[in-house]
Amino acid sequence: MAKIPVTLTHNGTERAAFADPGQNLLEFLRRGLGDLSPKYGCGQGTCGACTVTIDGETHLSCLVLAETAAGRDVRTAAGLAKGATLDPLQDAFMEHFAAQCGYCTPGMLVSARALLDRNPNPSREEVVEAISGNLCRCTGYEPIIQAILSVAGRRASA
Amino acid sequence: MTQVETYSTLDEAARAVGQGADYLAGGTVVMREVNAGRAAARLVRTVDPALRTITARGDTITLGAGVTLAQVLADPQLDFLHPVARVIGGPQVRNMGTVGGNLFAAHPYGDFAVALLALGARIQMAGSGGVRPVEDVLRDRAHPSGLVAGIEVPRPRPGSFGFSKVSRVKPKGVSILSIAVLAPHEGGPMRGVRVAYGAMGPGPLRSAAVERVLEGQRLDAATRERAAAVAAEGLQPPTDALASDWYRKEVAGVHLRRLLERMEHA
Repeated sequence: MAKIPVTLTHNGTERAAFADPGQNLLEFLRRGLGDLSPKYGCGQGTCGACTVTIDGETHLSCLVLAETAAGRDVRTAAGLAKGATLDPLQDAFMEHFAAQCGYCTPGMLVSARALLDRNPNPSREEVVEAISGNLCRCTGYEPIIQAILSVAGRRASA
Repeated sequence: MTQVETYSTLDEAARAVGQGADYLAGGTVVMREVNAGRAAARLVRTVDPALRTITARGDTITLGAGVTLAQVLADPQLDFLHPVARVIGGPQVRNMGTVGGNLFAAHPYGDFAVALLALGARIQMAGSGGVRPVEDVLRDRAHPSGLVAGIEVPRPRPGSFGFSKVSRVKPKGVSILSIAVLAPHEGGPMRGVRVAYGAMGPGPLRSAAVERVLEGQRLDAATRERAAAVAAEGLQPPTDALASDWYRKEVAGVHLRRLLERMEHA
């Protein structure tokens, strides 16, 4: 079956690769573009490990058909750090021990970054809501919530 | 392997879907089937921008079928639907899932359709399909005839519409059951009552028994008790990993009573 050429903006850079018919965006990012940061968890839209943003909105990349992302701005956890400088959220996740096995972390970071980009000073309730589509089976969520709130607070006091 | 066809207009997509293909909207339902290798051989989608529009005329608000739940939440004129959209999925699902797709989401999903059923929404079909009551579309949803273009939602009077979703996981969990009640009253007896349930049958359905009890009555404690007593009458709820049919029947009245109490004091 014919492959489908897909060109999209990946973490700020225009990239092109071939997608298989029916291939989801998660597989396209991992196999087509070599970005292994979005994780394959459930393949059903339940766990949020594959979360990316498309045009600034969080999406479950396992439930996005790769070809429908053509021409759009796709961002993943791999694009958060600028060179050797980590995103403040990444630092905060380390400081607060917000990752244990780490499988949910890229999705958590993308959801958290999307929240802070539209609401730099969220309440605890808003943080909980923003990561409610991301499952974590290790931390009990509290360290993750604290990490995100610490970045929000830092920005508010800066 | 699944072949996807993209059309620039809804009418073209509607013609193509009539030839034995499934329709792909927000992807939250159909892409699961694609990932599992169970999807139809042909999927049809459209990039028609008209599907993403929300328009208000008088007291009727028309949602394009492709309007997402996040769009509903961002629109102040849809405030009466915010409590419904807010409890569906997580943020990612709400950014993707569409109001048109929710009409066809199988149990235990489809809570937005429950609200639309209570509100008496009317469904605009693509092409020459006309406008159909939401009941008809929900009844035929296993074998849909044509594509949904838009959903006409009559705005309820303030305080006359209530919605409750019961789930085990908060803030994101699927329904043990959901209830939507439209009870217009103008300060007197309720007239034109519509009560809809999700997860109390194979799909969203109305409760004739509860509607009979409420119609023409004032929403007071005695009416609430009578409504709760018949809450599960005539229903055969499903048994699944979340709850048994017995449990759903047992708790339906409790949650209906609580919802009606909230509505009385709203």
